[in-house]
Amino acid sequence: MTEAALPVPSGVETSKTQPSRNSTLKLMRYIAIKLISLFVAVTIGVYLTILIANMGGYVDEILKGQIRETISVSIGMDPTKKNLTMEERNQLINDLVALEEHRLGLDQPFLVRSFRFLGRALTLNLGRAQRMASDSGSKLVRNIILERLPPTLLLMGTSSMLLFFVTLFIALFLSRNYGSLLDKLVIALSPTSAAPAWFYGIFLLLLFAAVLGWLPFGGMVDAPPPESPINYGLSLARHLILPVIAWLISGFFAGVYGYRTFFLIFSMEDYVELARAKGLTSREIERRYVLRPTLPNIITNFALTVIGLWNGATILETVFNWPGIGRLIYQAVGLYDSPVIIGTTVINAYLLAVTVFLLDFIYALVDPRVRVGSGGPRS
Amino acid sequence: MNALKRNLKELGKYPSAIGGGIIILFLVFLAVYAIVTIPYNEAIRLWRGGEEIWGDNPRIVPPAWTNIFRKVKQPETIVRDSRDPADVTSKTVTEISEDMWDVVMTFDFDYDYDAFPQELNVFMNATFVEKGPFVSMFWITPDGREIRLGEVTAKRSETYRFVQDERLLRRLKGVEPQIALFADPDKETPTVLKGKYQLKIAAVTFEAGSDLEAKFVAYGTVHGMAGTDHRRRDLTIALLWGTPIALSFGLLAALGTSVITMAIAAIGVWFGGVIDELIQRITQINILLPTLPILIMVGTFQSRSIWVILGWIILLNLFGGAIIGFRAVFLQIKEAPYIEAARSYGASSWRIIFRYLVPRIIPVLIPNLVNGIPAFVFLEASLALLGLGDPVLPTWGKLIDDARSNGALYNAQYYWVMEPAVLLMLAGLGFAMMGFALDRIFNPRLREV
Repeated sequence: MTEAALPVPSGVETSKTQPSRNSTLKLMRYIAIKLISLFVAVTIGVYLTILIANMGGYVDEILKGQIRETISVSIGMDPTKKNLTMEERNQLINDLVALEEHRLGLDQPFLVRSFRFLGRALTLNLGRAQRMASDSGSKLVRNIILERLPPTLLLMGTSSMLLFFVTLFIALFLSRNYGSLLDKLVIALSPTSAAPAWFYGIFLLLLFAAVLGWLPFGGMVDAPPPESPINYGLSLARHLILPVIAWLISGFFAGVYGYRTFFLIFSMEDYVELARAKGLTSREIERRYVLRPTLPNIITNFALTVIGLWNGATILETVFNWPGIGRLIYQAVGLYDSPVIIGTTVINAYLLAVTVFLLDFIYALVDPRVRVGSGGPRS
Repeated sequence: MNALKRNLKELGKYPSAIGGGIIILFLVFLAVYAIVTIPYNEAIRLWRGGEEIWGDNPRIVPPAWTNIFRKVKQPETIVRDSRDPADVTSKTVTEISEDMWDVVMTFDFDYDYDAFPQELNVFMNATFVEKGPFVSMFWITPDGREIRLGEVTAKRSETYRFVQDERLLRRLKGVEPQIALFADPDKETPTVLKGKYQLKIAAVTFEAGSDLEAKFVAYGTVHGMAGTDHRRRDLTIALLWGTPIALSFGLLAALGTSVITMAIAAIGVWFGGVIDELIQRITQINILLPTLPILIMVGTFQSRSIWVILGWIILLNLFGGAIIGFRAVFLQIKEAPYIEAARSYGASSWRIIFRYLVPRIIPVLIPNLVNGIPAFVFLEASLALLGLGDPVLPTWGKLIDDARSNGALYNAQYYWVMEPAVLLMLAGLGFAMMGFALDRIFNPRLREV
């Protein structure tokens, strides 16, 4: 997937000198088009999610059933309602059910609700959760998500940044010493990246938490959370180690192999040979003639890592009991809490869209082909 | 076609292809073996079975071969059934009076292990019309002590659990029977007294034709090839059957997504214009769809059957990111002179697409496909880990999920996690190694470095 999505590597065309105002204008237009098309994509994506999240009315049926059951039980248990006749009691139940369904908007046709959902979702007005609540007690989906976002960003930000820079530098090092024993070892180990992070997470838990007992089994901080900020930070770091390492292991070898191969392909181009013949230092060649043309590919790769991260988080967080967005969506699905499910999905889609947009934007900055308006990255 | 053959021959030069090939062959062999020895329905029946199938197995014990690495040899399960003549040492029926008979049976067994069994049970089946036989049991140790166990009036089906007999527990001074009955009385710390033990079951029946059958089970602390889980099930079945499921799921998902995606890319490139634009837009939307959350929703709301999930995976990947890569290759091929030639002799668009464009992309398709398999194998396991595994089929992911949710990691029952994990890893590695070699063969650019 990762490699297939990359543009076919080719020598970079040097940009012809053009009036800078013209190129800025082109850049603006390019960005505007990208923004609009992304917005349309997000809208359709969110609407599809709303349709799927409803599963053809199935979720509504579940909810209605649950509402009826809760109300029937609560009236059955209520001593003040003991004296009601069967009919009166049924009437009361029906009234309360209707009221509750009206409160949740279940009495309107789904098509109407779906568009209302869409409008609200796009404006990030995510509504109230049906069952879940944030740790601070709020029922607002936005608050629930905002509470879970920082842990996910912390875990995934740390992991992906570390992975990106570590693989990049090691790949540069290997491309300099290509054919060495270390190089061959990394190539041989690259198939290990077929396994996802959670898989290595289980091994790491087994080894470091269960057998050796050095690190905690999961969670984000010790319970109860330490009082002083320093101890809190240390506890956080201790809990971060295993999930981050799991993420690193699963991405490391394939990442290094991929980058290294790119660097090698580009360092075989004629202009690099020429630069070498001119007597430039290898550091300079690397920076100007190898890194520069591979930059778009590196950025694509990084963006793909970030996109993969939003998907990968769900299971990694579940395995490590990390209180982030991924675990939230898992819990929400278990509770049939569709506002939360749709809310997380909307946030997910927005985060993805932002990632894709940033990718396009950075592309436009680093890839001269975009600035001269000859098609852009998807050639 | 010849080029394809030559390329495949080239595979032999790559150690990773040979390694991957061996692993894949091994897994295929395992899958075929599983399907042949345990039919599909039988596997499901066994895996969903309860005590009636698995009653003679111990609960959560590691595989028997772990004894090789142990200093303290753990016992295996010992079963003695009166219905099996080979198991019974002696069975006598003597008439005491007109309406009373004495049925005495003895079970002998050697106990040569260093550890105590997990649990001791006697399962009885009595045949009678009105009054069930009265059963008393005795335990005879290798050093000749006779210990009285419990007495029960047998119902048609009766289970005597040693641990639950309060009076026996008092007689054994509070030491659990599975330890006290096997311990050497002269040792301070409980040590197993090795040798020949005997269980004597004496029943008094009160009707002509009334009889008693008994089965004694000393549950071991190791079991079989793969050990057992919390429901006493033999893990071998799930490990074996997990193989064909994982392989077929991975292969079908990879095949479905890559072939259809490729066809869509080919159509888009060939017809160009609006169709191409539309396909590109749909791809862009598709990339924004959160695949895993949608699969979680499908699993929770619709069906957890892996075949339904498989359908959704293919559906969600139809316009996946792979289209971009295929498109780039097709754009190059489209300009080739032989396509021009085909067009000039009047070949139809569909003929050109499926006879000339698609075959040329097979070198890109094959590594893509093989590399895609591990991802889907692990995806199935991921879903199982979230509690959305197939409700009836035994899969590797479900084993890991069972182990995790029953605290196998906390309780040091590592075999339970490791066995399915190692198989998953093998499947992932096998295909990844093969795909790695294929990638290099079909992409000459990679071969230089």
